[in-house]
Amino acid sequence: MASEHSLRAAYGAGPWHLLVLVVSFGVATSAVTTLGPTALWDSAVWWQTMVVWFVGAALVHDLLLFPVYALVDRAATAGAHLHHRRGGGSPRRVPLLNHVRIPALGSGLLLLVFFPGIIEQGAGSHLTATGLTQDPFSERWLWLSATGFVLSGAGYALRVVRARRRAGSDR
Amino acid sequence: MTDTDLGPREPGTGEDYGFPRVLWRAVAEHPPPGVGRLQRWRSPLRGPWLTSVLGVLLLVALPVVTLTGLLSYIAYAPQLDQARPGDVGWLHLPVFDWPTRPVWLFRVNQGLHVILGLMLIPIVLAKLWSVIPRLFAWPPSRSVAQLLERLSLLMLVGGILFEMATGVLNIQYDYLFGFSFYTAHYYGAWVFIAGFVAHVALKLPTMLRSLRSRSLRTELRTSRADTLPEPADPDGLVATDPAPATLSRRGALAVVGGGSLLIGGLSIGQTLDGPLRSTALLLPRGRTSGTGANAFPVNRTAEAARITSDLTGSAWRLTLLGPDGEVVLDRDQLADLTLRTATLPIACVEGWSTSQTWTGVRLRDLAARVGAGESTRVHVSSLQENGSFNQASLLANQVADPDSLLALRVNGEDLSLDHGFPARVIVPALPGVHNTKWVATLDFRSA
Repeated sequence: MASEHSLRAAYGAGPWHLLVLVVSFGVATSAVTTLGPTALWDSAVWWQTMVVWFVGAALVHDLLLFPVYALVDRAATAGAHLHHRRGGGSPRRVPLLNHVRIPALGSGLLLLVFFPGIIEQGAGSHLTATGLTQDPFSERWLWLSATGFVLSGAGYALRVVRARRRAGSDR
Repeated sequence: MTDTDLGPREPGTGEDYGFPRVLWRAVAEHPPPGVGRLQRWRSPLRGPWLTSVLGVLLLVALPVVTLTGLLSYIAYAPQLDQARPGDVGWLHLPVFDWPTRPVWLFRVNQGLHVILGLMLIPIVLAKLWSVIPRLFAWPPSRSVAQLLERLSLLMLVGGILFEMATGVLNIQYDYLFGFSFYTAHYYGAWVFIAGFVAHVALKLPTMLRSLRSRSLRTELRTSRADTLPEPADPDGLVATDPAPATLSRRGALAVVGGGSLLIGGLSIGQTLDGPLRSTALLLPRGRTSGTGANAFPVNRTAEAARITSDLTGSAWRLTLLGPDGEVVLDRDQLADLTLRTATLPIACVEGWSTSQTWTGVRLRDLAARVGAGESTRVHVSSLQENGSFNQASLLANQVADPDSLLALRVNGEDLSLDHGFPARVIVPALPGVHNTKWVATLDFRSA
């Protein structure tokens, strides 16, 4: 169809693509207008507004959270590769990297999701709602993290022992 | 053929651009400095298959989270003008009278919404990790179509992160954001829904094709040493110069799934009674306060509600208003009426719940005392003067249920002050905040 071809050349995609996005933007615009634009930016504190948190959420993840954990992981991986090369690379050598990475990821994930209790933020509203303080949470998180590293360390030790036994029996 | 196929290529041009060609080509040929360095993606795991596996998990689970969220709006009774946020135009499910049976309806709805929502956090983060090369690719768009699609992705990604952030903060009573949680979370959901539906509509064929490109069974048997990058894809997800794998694909999926189960395991305790409640080690409702029969979690203490013992002491009266006039009862008179005992859960919008045994007077018996008939609504007022939940309205079906009580005792003992002494409402399947504590007046007159 000639009209579809000219739409594709101009718009960059077919009519279905355009329809889907028009409907989608329509719903989103409806939400924003029903809410009222003033509600999006209706605060003396600019960072306590919805539009800032909405766009900010994407920005904080893409430009802060992701780069931080990507760089940490790249440093750890580079360290592991260096260690391997120096260590003579016996094929039965058990790599340490994941035994550090996985409990670290677990600990970081718990901190990310449960940080209000762990860093005792929102203590006032927490007390009003529950009648309790946030005291035990930071300690519990540390214990959970420590448990993760200990279990991972135990797993690593087991694998090293098993690898050595296999190497010993091969000789 | 991708979704944004521009048709037959013009001879001589390496890339396809939409209208206006000059603009898009200029953008493409003038990348900002350093963009090239950002393209050095090292993980060999990235690719359409991994993205699709994570995508299919989200495709199944996110509609459940969204639907339970939209249902909770209906549970608050928008037909009584007490749903939050207020008037939302057409942005709601068809309104119906929230039933009272099964009694665990709101408990399961909210528990599912919150716990499943929390468990999706690692999966969402993994999905974002797997497609992040697209964010930093240059040019960002080659046509109007691609630009609009990227805008819809902002709605999707911003939306889900906004929902997760506000949700996570709200369930831990941390109102860092400052604006109204109900308003933000509800409208944010609709922006997310718009982005999600667009994304699924446009990307479903790609997802299905990518899932079929590799065998899951084979990947589950592939060790780290045998892990190779996926074939190069037109979207640029696969790294051009990957490092050797430090984790296999099955390992990566296990780590993500393990994170999900860890979160789930630490959250489900908030909905369980008995010793298992304390497994929710890092959440507020894994702990309990109070003693004896009143040892279950409190929402809003008497002190916070500024309820004092002289308000609730021997001077307290319950006022009933109805077509036949006004009836005033003190606590002893109330206790002399026919009492009913029912075991009912009480569940809050934050996803936690507890089940206790309540004893009190049936709401419909109190309605009959003032001449109110079968299908009467009621407006309940509390002694509490501040706060938004010092009053609530109940639908006719909620008043008529045989287990809807004005409770005087819980688990055999008088209610504690924190749990609503001298009397509180308890209705099956009703959102927790509408089970008004420290009741002062029951108004059965229809408006």
